[in-house]
Amino acid sequence: MPIGIIVESAPGETRVAATPSTVAQLIQLGYEVVVEKGAGAGSSFPDADYHAAGARLATKKAAWSSAIVLTVNAPTDAELAMLSQGAVLISWLSPGLNPKLVDKLVKLPITALAVDAVPRISRAQSMDVLSSTANIAGYRAVIEAANAFGRFFTGQVTAAGKVPPAKVLVAGVGVAGLAAIGAASSLGAIVRATDPRPEVAEQVSSIGGSYLPVEVGEKMESSDGYAKVTSEAYDKRAAELYSEQARDVDIIITTANIPGRAAPRLITKADVASMRSGSVIVDLAAGNGGNVEGTVPGEKIVTRNGVTIIGYTDLARRLPAQASQLYGQNLVNLMKLLTPGKDGALVLDLDDVVQRAITVARNGEKLWPPPPVQVSAAPAAASAAGAAAAAAPAKRRGIPRAARLALTAVGILALFAIVAIAPAPLPQHITVFVLAIVVGFYVIGKVNHALHTPLMSVTNAISGIVVVGALVQIAAGDPLTRAISVVAVLLTSINIFGGFAVTRRMLRMFSKG
Amino acid sequence: MFDSLTTATVAIAGAAYIVAALLFILSLGGLSKHETARTGIVYGIIGMAIALVATGVLVVRRTDWLGIVLLLVAVVIGGGIGLWRAARVQMTGMPQFIALLHSFVGLAAVLIGWNGYLQDGGIAANLIGIHHAEVFIGVFIGAVTFTGSIIAFLKLSARMPSAPLVLPGRNALNLGALVVFVGLTVWFVITPVLWLLIAVTALALLLGLHLVASIGGGDMPVVVSMLNSYSGWAAAASGFLLDNDLLIVTGALVGSSGAFLSYIMCQAMNRSFLSVIAGGFGIEAPTKGDEDLGEYHEIGVPETAQLLADARSVIITPGFGMAVAQAQYPVAELARILRARGIEVRFGIHPVAGRLPGHMNVLLAEAKVPYDIVLEMDEINDDFPHTSVVLVIGANDTVNPAAAEDPGSPIAGMPVLKVWEADEVIVFKRSMASGYAGVQNPLFYRDNTRMLFGDAKDRVEQIVHELGRLSPATAAGSSATG
Repeated sequence: MPIGIIVESAPGETRVAATPSTVAQLIQLGYEVVVEKGAGAGSSFPDADYHAAGARLATKKAAWSSAIVLTVNAPTDAELAMLSQGAVLISWLSPGLNPKLVDKLVKLPITALAVDAVPRISRAQSMDVLSSTANIAGYRAVIEAANAFGRFFTGQVTAAGKVPPAKVLVAGVGVAGLAAIGAASSLGAIVRATDPRPEVAEQVSSIGGSYLPVEVGEKMESSDGYAKVTSEAYDKRAAELYSEQARDVDIIITTANIPGRAAPRLITKADVASMRSGSVIVDLAAGNGGNVEGTVPGEKIVTRNGVTIIGYTDLARRLPAQASQLYGQNLVNLMKLLTPGKDGALVLDLDDVVQRAITVARNGEKLWPPPPVQVSAAPAAASAAGAAAAAAPAKRRGIPRAARLALTAVGILALFAIVAIAPAPLPQHITVFVLAIVVGFYVIGKVNHALHTPLMSVTNAISGIVVVGALVQIAAGDPLTRAISVVAVLLTSINIFGGFAVTRRMLRMFSKG
Repeated sequence: MFDSLTTATVAIAGAAYIVAALLFILSLGGLSKHETARTGIVYGIIGMAIALVATGVLVVRRTDWLGIVLLLVAVVIGGGIGLWRAARVQMTGMPQFIALLHSFVGLAAVLIGWNGYLQDGGIAANLIGIHHAEVFIGVFIGAVTFTGSIIAFLKLSARMPSAPLVLPGRNALNLGALVVFVGLTVWFVITPVLWLLIAVTALALLLGLHLVASIGGGDMPVVVSMLNSYSGWAAAASGFLLDNDLLIVTGALVGSSGAFLSYIMCQAMNRSFLSVIAGGFGIEAPTKGDEDLGEYHEIGVPETAQLLADARSVIITPGFGMAVAQAQYPVAELARILRARGIEVRFGIHPVAGRLPGHMNVLLAEAKVPYDIVLEMDEINDDFPHTSVVLVIGANDTVNPAAAEDPGSPIAGMPVLKVWEADEVIVFKRSMASGYAGVQNPLFYRDNTRMLFGDAKDRVEQIVHELGRLSPATAAGSSATG
């Protein structure tokens, strides 16, 4: 089946739904790829590269009339008219926000898949365009902030004096927030982050930020992987936290978006007014109402006290090549799911949760909204089922710590008692014995895993040293003792010679490449 | 009865023993790295030679010509058998070979203990009780090691079914045997009579038998290293009995090394040592096999070959199944061909893969896979997301995503190789039966998993052949780069 890649017509759009490298992967799945001339121009992918990757270059009409069409933006009416009967449109449709568009798609009739509706389950992560886009936006937000900020991010001690590092506050630790924390901390800034979900604290510290908890008795749990609306007490404490931080930090990046609702207001006018002149705020929720009072969507403004507020809504488009690559790769992963035979035939399986969730329309049949998918990004231990499981490993651990300490103490006392009361040669033997055990643990602890088998065979050979005992007993005159000793010597000799020989044989086999 | 010359010999022997003990420590230390491992063996052999020569001189001083002849005959025969078997043993048969060697140490310890009882002249009166206790302990540990190792040998060489033997109240049986042993020891110290020694020998033999019989096949890496440890303790007990520091040091070294290995194995299975020894892993597992996990996808040899030819990087995760199918040679050949094509090939080894600690490494080394592309689980686990194709050959529980994702799974919490994070996973398997642990493996039903059914050796050979046919198309590219 041919896949059409078209020139995006949305104003300001720089991205494209496939890059030369994703085109090659689509061809591997058995598809033929038709690319409209100039489709990659905005992302710096020349037509020649698409051709070299195996795509056929064609006119707008030819691309739009392919059996499958991949786009970044929802098509215009004129573009929809160019689709062929029964075509499959895969695009960022935002069906939840565009009921009219959904009706049009149903009426055409075509099959429409909304990539932005991929459920947040681990299996579908590779197709999650929201995450890819948020990642880019978070990174770009830091770059925009750095651009507007008149100082270094990193602290330096120079001949011309000491430069303090910039302090960055990231509000909301979703994908965008994490990307922003990572980018800002790798530029050398001190990064703090807030989020209603305490389970993100580890993620924040793992990429170099520090998590600021909002201390109230309430805990947020999320059943669908997104943050939810918070309570009143929480909001009050959070507002105080933001006010404190606004006075302290140089840069604020807000990323708080709640699906299907206006973005929560996190930073008030008063907070903005309390910031130092030259500070920068980047509001990633600008398109959704804004987290910051005074944000102008799509604009960069400077307040009266010299604070820059950036409300760009096209951050992903400002990294076009990267955005196209990630979006294109998400689509390739989706196509892999939709092409079970790898034979260039698209098969839509509505019993599959992921495929059902993204299907808006199928040949005139309206399938939006899909049934909800319940998943959790929170660790399972928080849920009821997890509590039972958490109890099980605890039981498996066996001996509690106090008992273990007691046992150790008893052991040491017993050792002490034995050594203290035992007659002459025994304490000396025990000393040797105990020290040898300790030496053994330290020596063996360093052994490479790959050498465990040779280690076992060599210890085997060495434990053949009991031959010494048997040899000494051979010297005795008693025939029975002698006979027994001979057997023991024979057995242990097998061990000594066999053990060393087989170890040598094994070690000779290990070779470096 | 010693003249002055003999006293001097005894002193020299004592010094030789200390040197030998040091050399043994150096030997084990040398084995910690590939580069120093061969030197380590040389240290071990020198140490052993010094100990044997010193003892030999001591014995020659004290005994008649018959003793010397017997000694030489026994050493020559035993050494001959040892060298002969060591040269012949298959690398896949390594676990049973090692188990058998353990049993010899165990039996030797029993024999030495018996001799110690039969010939206890010249021991000071205040030490006689201790001497008898030492005899008892030595015989007990030795006998447990002996029968335990024999059972392990039978199970590993498939001469006996590897399923755990479940007797009613088996934990009570084991504990009871220990209690009886302590009781008998006290009795024996007070009245040292022969029948008590016979009784304790029989008791220990039975205990060893039961202990290992009730442990299943998949726990064998732990059992073998545990028996290794026991054989060390047996040697140490003989050392106490014979007043010989060399035996004590060596026994303690071997004992603690075996214990440490068992500990590592248990950690790799996320289980406590006691629960392994008590056995019964397969039984407590709830049979959730009926649960619907979806459909699995099959793949054929030509497609697999194509997938490998197009891959950027490949990780192979072998398990016991590879050893069973004797597939290590074709697997190594496959790795060699792929590497020649410029594809990055590595091996990921789970600590409990196989039936012996480090078993997979030895098998791959035998097939001439360079050890620097054979990595441990911890070294390779983060690389799966950037890997094009993972080949799972004869592994099952060690690659089970349920361990990481399903808190209700019986193997929950066990560290596993995260193969499912790779682009494509190909599982070589004879059928859809569940693994040793009796746990269903959701890996097989993942969208990026393909099942390749059949004998692993045949399948890998066919893939190698298929890649050979494919080569004209891509060989040009690889020869240009290489």
